Amino acid sequence: MSRHTLSVLVENKPGVLARVAGLFSRRGFNIESLAVGPTEHAEISRMTIVVNVADLPLEQVTKQLNKLVNVLKIVELDPALSVQRELLLVKVRADLAVRSSVLETAQLFRAKVVDVSPESVTIEATGTADKLDALTTMLEPFGIREMVQSGMVAVGRGPRSITGTALRSLDRSA
Amino acid sequence: MTDSSTPPTTGAQSLVRSLEAVGAEVVFGIPGGAILPAYDPLFDSTAVRHVLVRHEQGAGHAAEGYAQATGRVGVCMATSGPGATNLVTPIADAYMDSVPIVAITGQVPSAAIGTDAFQEADICGITLPITKHNFLVKNPDDIPRTIAEAFHIAITGRPGPVLVDLPKDVLQAGTRFSWPPAMDLPGYRPVLKPHGKQIREAARLIAEARRPVLYIGGGVLKAHAAAELKILAELTGIPVVTTLMARGAFPDSHRQHLGMPGMHGTVAAVSALQKADLLITLGARFDDRVTGKLSTFAPQALVVHADIDPAEISKNRTADVPIVGDCREVIMQLVGGVSAEYDAGHRADIAAWWAQIDSWRATYPLGYEEPTDGSLAPQYVIERLGKIAGPDALYVAGVGQHQMWAAQFIQYEKPYSWLNSGGLGTMGYAVPAAMGAKMGRPDATVWAIDGDGCFQMTNQELATCALEGIPIKVAVINNGNLGMVRQWQNLFYSERYSQTGLGTLSSAASGGAKHGIPDFVKLADALGCIGLRCESKEDVDGAIEKAMEIDDQPVVIDFAVGQDAQVWPMVPAGTSNDEIMAARGVRPVWDEVEG
Repeated sequence: MSRHTLSVLVENKPGVLARVAGLFSRRGFNIESLAVGPTEHAEISRMTIVVNVADLPLEQVTKQLNKLVNVLKIVELDPALSVQRELLLVKVRADLAVRSSVLETAQLFRAKVVDVSPESVTIEATGTADKLDALTTMLEPFGIREMVQSGMVAVGRGPRSITGTALRSLDRSA
Repeated sequence: MTDSSTPPTTGAQSLVRSLEAVGAEVVFGIPGGAILPAYDPLFDSTAVRHVLVRHEQGAGHAAEGYAQATGRVGVCMATSGPGATNLVTPIADAYMDSVPIVAITGQVPSAAIGTDAFQEADICGITLPITKHNFLVKNPDDIPRTIAEAFHIAITGRPGPVLVDLPKDVLQAGTRFSWPPAMDLPGYRPVLKPHGKQIREAARLIAEARRPVLYIGGGVLKAHAAAELKILAELTGIPVVTTLMARGAFPDSHRQHLGMPGMHGTVAAVSALQKADLLITLGARFDDRVTGKLSTFAPQALVVHADIDPAEISKNRTADVPIVGDCREVIMQLVGGVSAEYDAGHRADIAAWWAQIDSWRATYPLGYEEPTDGSLAPQYVIERLGKIAGPDALYVAGVGQHQMWAAQFIQYEKPYSWLNSGGLGTMGYAVPAAMGAKMGRPDATVWAIDGDGCFQMTNQELATCALEGIPIKVAVINNGNLGMVRQWQNLFYSERYSQTGLGTLSSAASGGAKHGIPDFVKLADALGCIGLRCESKEDVDGAIEKAMEIDDQPVVIDFAVGQDAQVWPMVPAGTSNDEIMAARGVRPVWDEVEG
C-alpha cells in the first residue's frame, strides 16, 4: 500500500462528484482526501484525490475512472515533482496568559491569525500534511477547541499544464 | 440547440422525433404519470412501434433480447418511481453482459425533484453503478442531443445500458427539434484500433506456442467478428473454446471447437485452458465462472488479452501482451501478423497438443445418463429441441440447469442464435428476451428454454406476445424445483432440500394436484397461448414438431422431467479447474503434458 495523488479533470456538470466518489467506494477503495474546484476553464473542474492503495489496484481504479464519460483526464502527481498543499483552520484556547506563546508557535510555522477573541485565536496555515501535523502537535498543549482541514490540492512543477490537452478534446467535440 | 427555422414543438414530441431519427423501430414500455406526455406523440408515430408489456422488467429484458438478436440498440420506457426501479434488474443485466440498451424514464417535475414527491425515485443515482452512463435532462432543448448521445454511448466501444431521465415539465415544455444534433462527449473516446507493436508481439507468441488455445468471449459477437475468427482459427489450426456469452461465435460442428469452458464446460475445453502455454483471449474477461480458483487457472500459460475495454485487461489475470481494440480489428490484424510469422518460417508444431486434446475429447465427451426412475431426461428434451428447430432458430435461456444444458446440448452454428443472462444470472430473462428477439428478427423461430422457477418470474409477458402478435415458443423444463439450487443442496448440503421444491409437478409438494401448481398448460391457455404437455420420451419429438407448426400464436410446452438430473461436468465454486468432475464421482486423469 502506498499513497497516490491523482489529479482528475472532469466536465463541470452536476453529479460528476457522485460518479467519481461512488466508483471509489464501489470498487473498494478508501479516499484519504478529496478536493474539488474550478480551473482556469469554466467547463472543466479539477479533483485532487489522495488514495492509499497498491500499484495494481490503482491501475484498475484509474482505468475504471477513465471509463466515466465525464472524466477528461487523469494524471498521477509524483510528490517530488509537484507542489502539494492543504489548508488548516484551527481554533486554539488562548487567554492572556498564553496568547503570546500561541502566536509565537503560529509564527514558527508561518501561519496567520485570522480571528481573535478574549479566550481564543483562530490560526490559518497552509502546507503539506506533515507540516500541518507538526503545527497541530505544537498547538495541542494549549487546547484545540475546533479544527478543520481541506483535502490536498496539488499542481506539477515546471511550465507544463495538464489542462491543455483536456481542453483540446473539449474543442474537438464542440 | 434551438433553430428558429423549425416549428415549435414540445419536449415530448422532440423525444419521439429523436427516437425516429436515431432509428428506433420498437420501444417496450408501460406508461404512467410522469412519462405520460411522451406517450401522446408516441401514439401517432408510425416509425416507432410501442409494445405494451405487463411489467417493466419485461420491457428491459425485451430490449436486451432485441439488441442481442439484432446488434442494434434496444429501447425500453417506464414512468418515474416504481416504473423506473422495475427496470433496475434488466439494466444491471445489460451492464454485466455489455448489451446496448437505452432506458427512457419519466421523472417527477423538476420543481418536485428532491421533495419525496409521489412516485419519485432518484433513478440516476440508483443506476449510477449499473449504467455505462445516464442523463437527467433539465432543458427540453437538450433532448435531441441527449438521445443521440445515449444511443451513441450504448452501441459504441464496449456496449452497455444508458438511461435518460426526463422530468415531466421538460417533456411538456416548448422547444424546437433539430437533427442531427452536435454531440458533446469530450471524455468519451473508445479505442478501436489496436497497437501495431502489440499485434506483432501477439503474432510472434501465437506462432511459437506449442499448446495454444483461442479463448473466445462475447466481445467477438459484439464486434461482429465471427467470420474473422473463423479465418484466424483455420489459419492457425489452434483449438477454440467459446464462453457462455460467446456460444455461436464459432460453429460447434467445427473440428477445432472444444466447446464451452468453465464451471460446466467440457472436460476438453477446461483441460485445454488449464494445460495451455498460450491463451489468446479475445473479448473475454476471465470471469470466475470460467477461471475457477484464479490462482490455479492456466498456470503455465502466457496471456494475450484483447478487449475493447482497457479496464478488463489485467483485471483478474495479468496479460503478457495487452491489446486494447475492437475484436474485429484485432483479429484481422492478427491474421496478417501470424501469416507474416508463418511466411518467415516460424510455426511451432501443435500436433502433439491436438493428440492430447483429442484423447480428452474421446475419453470425456459431453453426455448424460438416462434416468433410472423412468422419468424424462431434461437433457434429451433440449437436445431434441436443438435438432428439430435447427441452427437457424434462436434459443433464449433463463438461468439454471436448463440454461447450462441448453449451452451444452444444442449445436450452435451461427452467431446471435444463443441469448442468455450470463453475468448477472437473472432468472426470468428468457420469456421477455425471447419476445424482444422475435420483434427484432420476426422471420426466425425463437425458442425460450425456461425452467419452472424462471418461468414463474416473467411469464406474464406471454399475454403481451399473444396480444401483440409475437409468436415465440417456450419450452418449460419443468422439474418441479429450483433445479440448480437443488443440485448444490444435493452435492454440498447433505441432500437437505431447503425451499427448492416448487410444486410445479404433480407430487406431494403440490398437494397431490394432478398437474402441479400452477398447471402450465392451463396458464398458457389463460395467457392466450397454445399449451402442450409432454411427459414421456416418446412424445418429445411430437410435441416439438407440433409447436414448430404453429406460427400465429405463442406456444408453451410443459416438459415434465425428472428432478434428479444434474449438470455435469462441474468445477465446484471456488475450487481449481484442476478439480473438474466429468460426471458424478468421475475425475479425469490428465496425462503429463510436456511442460
